[in-house]
Amino acid sequence: MGLSAIGLGRQLLTGPFKQYPTIKQAISKSQAGDTVLVFAGTYKEGNIIIDKPIYFKGTGDPVIDGELKYEVLSVKSPNVTIEGFTIRNSGHGSLDDPGGIKVYASNNVIIQNNKIENNFFGIYIQYSKHCLIRNNYIISNATDEQLIGNGIHCWKSDSLQITSNEIQGHRDGIYFEFVTNSGIFLNHSKNNIRYGLHFMFSNNDSYVLNTFTGNGAGVAVMFTKNVKMFHNVFEQNWGDAAYGLLLKEISDSQIAGNKFISNTSGIYMEGTNRIIVTKNSFHQNGWGMRIQASCMDNIITKNNFTANTFDITTNGTLVLNNFDGNYWDKYEGYDLNKDKKGDVPYHPISLFSVIVEMNPPAMLLYRSIIVSLLDKSEKLIPSLTPDLFRDNTPLMRAIEL
Amino acid sequence: MYRIIKYVMLDILKNKILLFYTLLLAVLSWSVFSLEDNATKGVLTLLNMVLLTVPLIAVIFSAIYVYNCGEFIELLVSQPIKRTKIYISIFTGLSISLLLAFMVGAGLPILIFSFNLSGLHLIMAGIFSTLVFTALAFLSASLTRDKAKGLGIAILTWLFFALLFDGIILFLVFQFAEYPIEKMMIGISVLSPIDLSRILVLLELDVSAMMGYTGAIFKEFFGTLTGRLFTILLLLLWTIIPFLIAMFRFRKKDL
Repeated sequence: MGLSAIGLGRQLLTGPFKQYPTIKQAISKSQAGDTVLVFAGTYKEGNIIIDKPIYFKGTGDPVIDGELKYEVLSVKSPNVTIEGFTIRNSGHGSLDDPGGIKVYASNNVIIQNNKIENNFFGIYIQYSKHCLIRNNYIISNATDEQLIGNGIHCWKSDSLQITSNEIQGHRDGIYFEFVTNSGIFLNHSKNNIRYGLHFMFSNNDSYVLNTFTGNGAGVAVMFTKNVKMFHNVFEQNWGDAAYGLLLKEISDSQIAGNKFISNTSGIYMEGTNRIIVTKNSFHQNGWGMRIQASCMDNIITKNNFTANTFDITTNGTLVLNNFDGNYWDKYEGYDLNKDKKGDVPYHPISLFSVIVEMNPPAMLLYRSIIVSLLDKSEKLIPSLTPDLFRDNTPLMRAIEL
Repeated sequence: MYRIIKYVMLDILKNKILLFYTLLLAVLSWSVFSLEDNATKGVLTLLNMVLLTVPLIAVIFSAIYVYNCGEFIELLVSQPIKRTKIYISIFTGLSISLLLAFMVGAGLPILIFSFNLSGLHLIMAGIFSTLVFTALAFLSASLTRDKAKGLGIAILTWLFFALLFDGIILFLVFQFAEYPIEKMMIGISVLSPIDLSRILVLLELDVSAMMGYTGAIFKEFFGTLTGRLFTILLLLLWTIIPFLIAMFRFRKKDL
């Protein structure tokens, strides 16, 4: 990275009454290492192709408009830096996926400090390595679902860095497919139609310190190994098929230090193996975690479960995961030997959560006296809930996170 | 009329049982809020109390009171006062004193420790539980002259709505699990005043879980402003209709 030629070469001034009135002219006259400096104005030049390693910089917030017909910027050269533009109104198309900025098989591209508004895809990266997408504001106002692409779409790439972007109103906020060794840091992805972040077949990635708010279905991580999910916030993902975090066919990953607040389901796990879930906080969710019976060898420890309607549910009786050493605010046991661990195991699955799992409309009876009585009697003599599903060393006090 | 209300209220407020009821509510509420570290859990514990204790006390106390002031009513009837006025006055006096006890005992701590929407809904649930079960007590007292029988009916009404009704619904949910019964559930829960009060609070407390698919249907119905007004209207009907039936019977009654 860093070969993108800042300060090297000539400066080509572009804009009304400047050396080059159009961007296309400036780019065609530029050489590798030049700076194309674009001044304020609205540029409607169809599809602009950057095919040389140049520093493409806007000053005074110039607008590049695709008139809802063209792909706005196409990057077909390595070592390009794009900075300081408002890029809006790309065309739509399901065959060639036009985007606000699309990077075609080019390494070391930097895209930073742009406003990317109302495009089909916001930023689209394919077959590229070592690209940096930083500090962009990406928004779509479209309402027809088929006219909305992903905010940041990455396909078959490696070593990408996606940092400090704000994405809203797209289909998926950030979409990763076959992307490896990449990092997603400090982004805020909110109110997207489908997922805030969507991972498919993307191994060895990490996402850290992101916030995902109010997305149609939360965050999905699927068919992937070795993902590190640290210190993210998942909040207000509401709906029957909405999850703070949806894990499907994941293995050998770590989930630590995250906050799951006010989601219908905090984490939903299916076919998930050897995952460590630790030091997370589950607060005010409908279901803290839903662990399907197809998961095994996961370790869930040192998490705080507070003020959730149901802490955990499952759909079977087979228990192949470990839940020891969490804090549950519903735990009613005691600690006689003062080792800060409860002396009686805690069963996080209540009878009523099993009933609701089988029969969702029964939810309307929640907190009625008959249901409390049933739950209490089940706690004493477990018959319907899986007896092995338990925390043998529940903590007496919440963990400081 | 105001004078009768005043007499009834003074008579009840001097009553030791009502004082005990206020104290009981106060001790429960204060201890729940000071023991629990978060107010939401306190509201939850109190919800069970509001759904169980408050209706029970309201229905038993009112039924006993109506039977005990039979002579007082006979005396009043001999005066040139309309029977409907007498009955409305006794009902008003009785329910105001019970509400006063509830507000002092439970309402005050709820307002202090949990002054938010769930707290306010809990207070509303308590107020309606009191009103509805006072009216139901009047109805059961008007059904029979025998005090033991009347009390029995009152307690059975409470038992039915507090426990049996939800059990029956749970049974029905399992029987009709294959069918889309969400709308039917809304229809059935309207038939129990305790369920209506509970749902009012439930939609505040468990909003995340209620946003699931079936929950969303309930939330759409009960959670909107119209739905909430509708719930309150239904609870008012639950108060007014039993009382009107009771009053109608009292007007025709040979004392």
